[in-house]
Amino acid sequence: MNWNWEFAAEALPILLHGFVNTLIATVIGTVIAAILGLILAVAIRGLPRWINWLVRLLVAFIRNTPLVVQLMFVYFAFSGIPGLVDVPALVIGFIVIGVHYSTYMSESYRAGIDSVPPGQHEAATALSLPPVRKFTAIILPQALRATIPSLGNYAVAMFKDTPFLFAISVVELVTAAKQFGGSTFAYTEAFTLAGIIFLAASYPTSLLIQRLDKRLATY
Amino acid sequence: MPPTENTPANPSASATPAIEFTDVEKSFGPTTVLKDLNFSVAPGERVTLIGPSGSGKTTILRLVMTLEELTGGYIFVDGKPLTFEERDGKRVELPKKRTREMTTRIGMVFQQFNLFPNMTVLENIIEAPVHVLGKSKSEASKEAKELLERVGLAEKADEHPTRLSGGQQQRVAIARALAMSPEILLLDEVTSALDPELVGDVLGVLRDIAETTDITMLLVTHEMQFARDVSHRVMMFDGGQVLEQGPPDQIFNNPQHDRTRSFLSSVL
Repeated sequence: MNWNWEFAAEALPILLHGFVNTLIATVIGTVIAAILGLILAVAIRGLPRWINWLVRLLVAFIRNTPLVVQLMFVYFAFSGIPGLVDVPALVIGFIVIGVHYSTYMSESYRAGIDSVPPGQHEAATALSLPPVRKFTAIILPQALRATIPSLGNYAVAMFKDTPFLFAISVVELVTAAKQFGGSTFAYTEAFTLAGIIFLAASYPTSLLIQRLDKRLATY
Repeated sequence: MPPTENTPANPSASATPAIEFTDVEKSFGPTTVLKDLNFSVAPGERVTLIGPSGSGKTTILRLVMTLEELTGGYIFVDGKPLTFEERDGKRVELPKKRTREMTTRIGMVFQQFNLFPNMTVLENIIEAPVHVLGKSKSEASKEAKELLERVGLAEKADEHPTRLSGGQQQRVAIARALAMSPEILLLDEVTSALDPELVGDVLGVLRDIAETTDITMLLVTHEMQFARDVSHRVMMFDGGQVLEQGPPDQIFNNPQHDRTRSFLSSVL
């Protein structure tokens, strides 16, 4: 295995540039997934039966098709509609990733909400609390305690799924490494550095999630 | 000790009952727990429900608190329908909001305390006064601190419930129920989950409430001495029916039914 420090030094800024897209997609994707996931989890409980059924069908569809197919489908389907061609690929990317992961996160929220003991619902009813207040002040805070660790794990998984964005021409970290390797043949340097950058970002995040988990467990 | 003197031991029959059950029926799926149950509780009266497990005592409390759906008949609180009313000869469910207005007069203390673990003791107590009665936070907090003083836990206001002992948690739960100034207080086996040495503190607090307020109380308990001391009336249930009822002395000293006798000898 050859290692050339000059190539490595040359690759680093290009890779970091790609990494900015990776971060944008992950952060905004996580925000979308966390909000939409909660909405889905609540919606599946409270909606009339037929809408409920439709939402479940959509969730099943999104979960059972590969992310890369969804990315390409949305990217090419929407670029065919006049007036919509200007949407940047990165925006389509984080929306599709966010929606994809929201279907998983909704399941975590649902499990979290179900884990709140019935006595908590009963105490809220005994105090005559209105349903919205009961949910936001009592049920949700306790549900989140059980949900946040798995939301964090999904965020890390999402981070590692961002290379699929290459399919819709977004130059994120892995694509940047591939392009650099393609023009210099310094694949070893490019992908080693890409791996280190991924690790440097996701490992501290996992540790942060663990700490958050411990902190939430104290009350 | 006879029933305390601040309220009449035999409250006037002409007053509108605080709680009234009319032809109440409750079934869980195919299992009927209560059938054709009729009884009423006068304002200020303290009634203890006793009977073997499965006789429907706790279900009665849960029906009053609207924690269970009433499958037949009607419950009235202060003469007003709680969950169902009769309209044009039909049994109609009331809007949830109206039921909730009715339940603001009713408080309940549970066997398992059910404090909100994500809130401090003080936050637990002011939650409903602020968000249901619309009191200001400062007013509610001031009242909450007085209540904590009364149950002997003034210094625990800022603790989280999980840091308290079972007996302390239950006293907070009592304070939380009282913070709504309920007309009716439901006590569902409030000492059953406590270690024996903690039972006394909780019963002491309840005795104090019984002696100093005229809150109507409906209680399910296995503490027979306590039931004897604080209640005006004891109702013995068996198989979802009132087997017999009367002043505590009569029920405990001179029960009429064999079932009551054998039940009492098993718990006393």
